[in-house]
Amino acid sequence: MKIKNIMKKSLLALILMPSLLLTQLAVANEGVHLDQAPIDASNHDSLQRGARTFINSCLNCHSASFMRYNRLQEIGLTEKQIKDNLLFAGEKVGDTMKVAMNKKEAKAWLGVAPPDLSVEVRARGADWVYTYMRSFYRDDTRPTGWNNVVYDKVAMPHVLYELQGEQSFNHETHELTLTKPGKLSVEEYNTLIGDLTNYMAFMAEPGKQQRNHLGWFVLLFLGVLLVLTYKLKKAYWKDIH
Amino acid sequence: MANKSTAEKKSVLADVLEGTVNWVDERFPLTSNVKAHLTEYYAPKNFNFWYFFGSLAMLVLVIQIVTGIFLTMHYKPDASPLDGILGNPSVAFASVEYIMRDVPWGYVIRYMHSTGASMFFVVIYLHMFRGIIYSSYRNPRELIWLFGMGIFLALMGEAFFGYLLPWGQMSYWGAQVITSLFGTVPLIGPDLMEWLRGDYLVGDATLNRFFAFHVIALPLVLLGLVTAHLIALHEVGSNNPDGVEIKKTKDKKTGIPLDGIPFHPYYTVKDMVGVVVFLIVFSAIIFFAPEVGGYFLEANNFVPANPLVTPSHIAPTWYFTPYYSILRAVPPIGVSQFPGVVAMGLSVVVFAFLPWLDRGAVKSIRYRGTLYKKWLFAFVVSFLVLGYLGTVPADKFGQFGSWLGKADIATVIARVFTVVYFAFFLLMPWYTKRDKTLPVPERVTG
Repeated sequence: MKIKNIMKKSLLALILMPSLLLTQLAVANEGVHLDQAPIDASNHDSLQRGARTFINSCLNCHSASFMRYNRLQEIGLTEKQIKDNLLFAGEKVGDTMKVAMNKKEAKAWLGVAPPDLSVEVRARGADWVYTYMRSFYRDDTRPTGWNNVVYDKVAMPHVLYELQGEQSFNHETHELTLTKPGKLSVEEYNTLIGDLTNYMAFMAEPGKQQRNHLGWFVLLFLGVLLVLTYKLKKAYWKDIH
Repeated sequence: MANKSTAEKKSVLADVLEGTVNWVDERFPLTSNVKAHLTEYYAPKNFNFWYFFGSLAMLVLVIQIVTGIFLTMHYKPDASPLDGILGNPSVAFASVEYIMRDVPWGYVIRYMHSTGASMFFVVIYLHMFRGIIYSSYRNPRELIWLFGMGIFLALMGEAFFGYLLPWGQMSYWGAQVITSLFGTVPLIGPDLMEWLRGDYLVGDATLNRFFAFHVIALPLVLLGLVTAHLIALHEVGSNNPDGVEIKKTKDKKTGIPLDGIPFHPYYTVKDMVGVVVFLIVFSAIIFFAPEVGGYFLEANNFVPANPLVTPSHIAPTWYFTPYYSILRAVPPIGVSQFPGVVAMGLSVVVFAFLPWLDRGAVKSIRYRGTLYKKWLFAFVVSFLVLGYLGTVPADKFGQFGSWLGKADIATVIARVFTVVYFAFFLLMPWYTKRDKTLPVPERVTG
């Protein structure tokens, strides 16, 4: 009997194993602490600010070629607002976020073509993106003059350094210090990157909110169906045992 | 008046229905088949929780086929870069994201398919475990078990071929690793590998042939094997948690087993409850956590395939990890990894020999002795531990000291459990015979 109980428990473990081991993240960098990104899919102001930062700063080199501009309506922008404020090079509102930069030239300049960012948050996680964008530091041994704590020897220079300022990295204490302040205070810069990450998380799966919302109705329907099928089974099986 | 006319209408309808059924029956054995497989197929009345997973496996098969058909309408098996610009994600990768974003309800269909793949294995593993604890594979059900093993192998192929299609990093490198296993076969290995890939490396040719296998070749094999599995089952009748043959005690007048009940309506209504419970779990995953923490959809597979960048850690999806662990655990002979490949192949195929390895006096675990139960428990633990170890890098827990040649701790643990895994099968004739079993009742209990 004891063995039976132990076996039952281990079977339960088999069923629950995937959910018990949720901590694994495939692309996590070993040993680097990641800060928690302030993700809030219901905060439209934050998402809109993040979209602006993304389109102004990231979209010059990185494409988001699976993301259509008109899906920004789902974070509270009107079609007119998108056209007037976010389309610069004659794109249509139904177009995807392509980039004019030639991949071959980009590779020649930077050593690697900037990756498409449509699903970056799904690949690396929001915390990674949030920490990465705040972890650039000055490193004169690198061709661009920049390095990153989260992504060692990264090819990308610190595009937002005018806003954040310059940091230095102490390899012994593993601490970043702001050596030259930028236009934004530390809090303001963190908010800017938080909004950007929030937007990139939205962009990685724009239908996620709708999916979660729909899920409750599906479960409600199945809950009712469960009661009905259970009663049906009981009614039929009355005379069996 | 009104009542009379409805009654008349009803009888007219019933006449038409009866006439139609008769018309069909004269040309096709419809009624006799419905009787043989549903209304007069007598199943033991004592099926428990474990008996839900057969019908659930059928349900998942249907889900996979139907969602697969709709995915094929938008998916493009094409490894060339989007818009022809080198460095862009492939057309295949883009078509999956197109389904996720631009095809109406595409994301539900895709998540149903990706979740269905993993849930197929959850259901099949539990179904197989049921077969093991009640020895459903034993005389006269050996062929049912062998057809089932065929289904299991086809399913593994189906999952492996399907996993390449999104053309992400894990798709690409997973296929690269698994096809390279065939390269370890002595003499013909390298040629065999190239023949399988259709190219020197995994590429567009590989993607297109894997697509063909995934959407037509293996589904046909699967459907054929499932049919054979069910025909064989309905020929000999179902086993049950007591391992008692219900056909031994029949009603003298009717010839119906005393402990049997018609599959329809009793088990159809019962399985409906199981189906709804399953769909609740299934929907909770689809709508709230389709990645299941990287186990159902790996994060690295959202990175487009890049033949120039090898991921630091390549792990197969969770349902392959016990065998993958065994592959890694077996030490090479010289430079040849072939022993590991053989061990991995054996670890899957060995299940097929169970009907002939088991020499126990009883079928059901209810009447087995503690010796058998201990071995079964050891096997379940090895399967789970090997499954877990297959998901992590070999140096995850560090190394032993120089007294053990600084071997990776995870590898040594995997080796121990690989031995236990195979011992469960290879020593089975000995411990099942020696096992002190309990007396089996004449009729099923409860």
